[in-house]
Amino acid sequence: MPPSDPLDDARQVMSADKAAVSRALNLVEDRRSDAHSRVAALLAMLKDAPKAAGGHRVGLTGPPGVGKSTLTSALARSVRKRDRTVGVVAVDPSSIRSGGSLLGDRARMSFDPSDAGLFVRSLATAGEVGGLAYAANSAVRVLAAAYDIVVIETTGVGQSEIDIVHVADTVVLVIQPGSGDVLQFLKAGIMEIPDILVVNKADHDELAQRAIADLRGALRTAHAAGAGGGQDADWETPIIATSATKGTGIDELIDTLDAHRQHLDARLAARRREGEVQWTLDLFSRKHGEHGVATLGGVAQLEARAERDLHGGETPLGLCEHLSREYVSALGRTP
Amino acid sequence: MAEHGKQERDRPWIMRTYSGHSTAAASNELYRTNLAKGQTGLSVAFDLPTQTGYDADDPLARGEVGKVGVPVSHIGDMRGLFDGLPLDQMNTSMTINATAVWLLSLYVAVAEDQGVDPSVLRGTTQNDIIKEYLSRGTHIFPPAASMRLITDLITYTVDEVPKWNPINICSYHLQEAGATPTQELAYALVTAIGVLDAVKATGRIPESEFGKVVGRMSFFVNAGIRFVEELCKMRAFVELWDRVTRERYGVTDPKQRRFRYGVQVNSLGLTEQQPENNVIRIVLEMLAVTLSKDARARAIQLPAWNEALGLPRPWDQQWSLRAQQILAYESDLLEYADLFKGSEVVEAQTQLLIDSAWAEVQEVLKRGGAVEAVESGYIKQRLVESNAARLRAIENGEQVVVGVNKYIEGAPSPLTENLDDAILTVDPEVDPNQREALALWKRERDNGAADKALAELQRVANTDENMMTASIAAAHAGVTTGEWANTLRQVWGEYRAPTGVAGATVKTSGSGASAEVIDRLRSRLSELETRMGRRAKLLVGKPGLDGHSNGAEQIAIKARDVGFDVVYEGIRVSPEQIVASALEEGVHLIGLSILSGSHLALVPEVAERLRAAGLGDVPLVVGGIIPDADAERLRREGIAAVYTPKDFELDNIMSDLIDLVDRQHAAE
Repeated sequence: MPPSDPLDDARQVMSADKAAVSRALNLVEDRRSDAHSRVAALLAMLKDAPKAAGGHRVGLTGPPGVGKSTLTSALARSVRKRDRTVGVVAVDPSSIRSGGSLLGDRARMSFDPSDAGLFVRSLATAGEVGGLAYAANSAVRVLAAAYDIVVIETTGVGQSEIDIVHVADTVVLVIQPGSGDVLQFLKAGIMEIPDILVVNKADHDELAQRAIADLRGALRTAHAAGAGGGQDADWETPIIATSATKGTGIDELIDTLDAHRQHLDARLAARRREGEVQWTLDLFSRKHGEHGVATLGGVAQLEARAERDLHGGETPLGLCEHLSREYVSALGRTP
Repeated sequence: MAEHGKQERDRPWIMRTYSGHSTAAASNELYRTNLAKGQTGLSVAFDLPTQTGYDADDPLARGEVGKVGVPVSHIGDMRGLFDGLPLDQMNTSMTINATAVWLLSLYVAVAEDQGVDPSVLRGTTQNDIIKEYLSRGTHIFPPAASMRLITDLITYTVDEVPKWNPINICSYHLQEAGATPTQELAYALVTAIGVLDAVKATGRIPESEFGKVVGRMSFFVNAGIRFVEELCKMRAFVELWDRVTRERYGVTDPKQRRFRYGVQVNSLGLTEQQPENNVIRIVLEMLAVTLSKDARARAIQLPAWNEALGLPRPWDQQWSLRAQQILAYESDLLEYADLFKGSEVVEAQTQLLIDSAWAEVQEVLKRGGAVEAVESGYIKQRLVESNAARLRAIENGEQVVVGVNKYIEGAPSPLTENLDDAILTVDPEVDPNQREALALWKRERDNGAADKALAELQRVANTDENMMTASIAAAHAGVTTGEWANTLRQVWGEYRAPTGVAGATVKTSGSGASAEVIDRLRSRLSELETRMGRRAKLLVGKPGLDGHSNGAEQIAIKARDVGFDVVYEGIRVSPEQIVASALEEGVHLIGLSILSGSHLALVPEVAERLRAAGLGDVPLVVGGIIPDADAERLRREGIAAVYTPKDFELDNIMSDLIDLVDRQHAAE
């Protein structure tokens, strides 16, 4: 296919044309080096899309098997009922041995295929063992330019729990009654405190109530140990009981998401920029390793640099390309 | 007579043929001829819309009406199905699950119309919705609602239709989904325990009457080609059920503890290659469930030799019935006491199965029981793994299948000389005719009465009253199958079951020729990824109402294991959904799996919608029970490849799929 006009592509994405959104996602997944500058150009054009600035990026994380896909499906349906559009990025793990993956989230979702206001893309983690998918960050930005709310559903293991903070405005941790490990991790401060806690599969009242009480206790312990609530001190992590299969608690979850988005409003730009700084550093260090970071002055200096340049209108992918060039030429100067 | 010698001839089992197609009238005619041939019971096959609660005019029913069974949309159809067959003299087995309460209600209503007291009705409703989530895929509602329907039917019949078998716990479909004998035993038993516990929890059955419920539980079992092991499996079932009923439910009457079961022998092992060999397989498998007097089937239905090719004709089914009759009436089998009592070999193998199955029963109970283990995907995942192991053994020749992976050379078979005449084809007019008849039915009935009955149904669904009474009233009021199911869908919602594929781990042998093949496929996909910039992405779709997902699951797992990114959506997705998924997911290739015979309606529709969505150049392949002439036609219409049961070498299929993606990439 002949390369299309990037500006045209970006416009079509912003109008939520499904074919264009899909093409844009194919592009951001493209790992060939000649695709990188096109991705950077596309994301730069999508950066200030009206939807992107006003929208909401929600990260859904939690241990495997707690019903994240079913919850995502229920959430998306209810959001659609409120006349807002939804883009979903569902991340599944790749097999280390074969490189392949089974992207099964759609199997737990039931949607109206003719709905133009809902888009679901599954991504495999590929090389990013335990982390978010290679393209997840970019994919969220594509969808954020097209849809009101973007939901990123993680694999729920390892690094993805940390990465999600840099991608999402609001991090929702989903657990089910009897998730002892999560409680321990929260108490010990191993796990970052999420913005919202959801106890899914809360079909059995008694169990769910006990789980909620246990979580309250764990949060108190974590606070006492000096951990902040979410990423800011004046937001008290709400705990919501849902049953994704029965559809209970979903409306309360949406209201709480809206409340958190409202709460963030003044700080949102800063929070997103912080995420972009981390993404930039992540991209760069993955490409050039510790040596690359050290050559350009170390983490703190790179963070300050990213903060400044991103504020000046640069995008993470574009900045990473600049930094790469600087690193390579610096390499040329060293004996 | 000596205790171990010749005895008075035992009564033969009930002989049935699983049948029904096209229309109620055509199926009625078939039942009459079958009975005339000496069949002693009926076994009704319903079409997929009836099984999944849709009327013929529902968009989801497209291409499926009258295909794998008879459409029954209302009491008029049920009346036509049993026209001239007095229900007090029939023993009718109905393969019906999610809509079992409804179909039994129609049956009871027809009996009442015939002036037959429902208390004399004999027969069986399959009514095991648990295994639908695992294998057969015709479930509608979430597990809790399904369990409620199961228990409603049981608690109703135990008093009102006391000779009815309200449930057939199915280990049959577990074997079709790949279960080992141990898994078959264990998962059937935990399902039965789940059902009995749920019946108990309704509080409708007084403690003193509970033995009656236990005594009405029956099972539907499979028998495969390893017939000695299968024979032992049946003996293990008898002992394990005795243990469960005695220890868990305290049933003292030995008659109520008896393991009562019907059989359909294995269809999974029937081959498309040299299909005449299937007759021998079917007979051997029948021996497994008849030779032991102490563990003998009470009802048997045999598949036909040509089932892997398409729908069997009356003659094909007659041949299978004759096999039963020869064994029961011609041979001396029924003159003897149990042949294996005291046999060290049989008893040792039986004990082995008892021990391993009991351990797995405990494992599932520890996980919260059958329903929990279905919802968590545990059982499904175990089955998917076993099935992958089975297919691998056939592919690498460890398990011999004559005519398939050994002794392949043979003379051409006169039976399949004219292949297109060797199967039954359903008249394409069946679909529009049924829709027209349905419209007429709705025009002529008392719509006020139907609406009132549906409102009552909805009210009852929101309470914990028994659904049977309201359903029988709805049957008399002329309500349709789709109306009944949709009313309940609105109250209870629908359920998508775990696919079991995502977590399934499959052993790929580390060395040898097959490992080399896998390595080659993997490096081809890696190399392709470098060129395309993205990993090749495959969408596996199961359009239509057919829920037999084993083929789609195995393709999905194999594709992942050679390195595809695989999007698998589970069963019952519409052509619209498949195309929407292909578009949103940006896939390079689409594979469809269809076993219900509706490929000629569904595949071209998917292709057409792909073109309309601008995805006309994404290669589309299809697998299923597809006759040669149909395959030819599909290929002419641009389908890139057609696979049938004879294509058992998954590695070859994978290689084809990689070729297709590669070629398409080169063309762009």
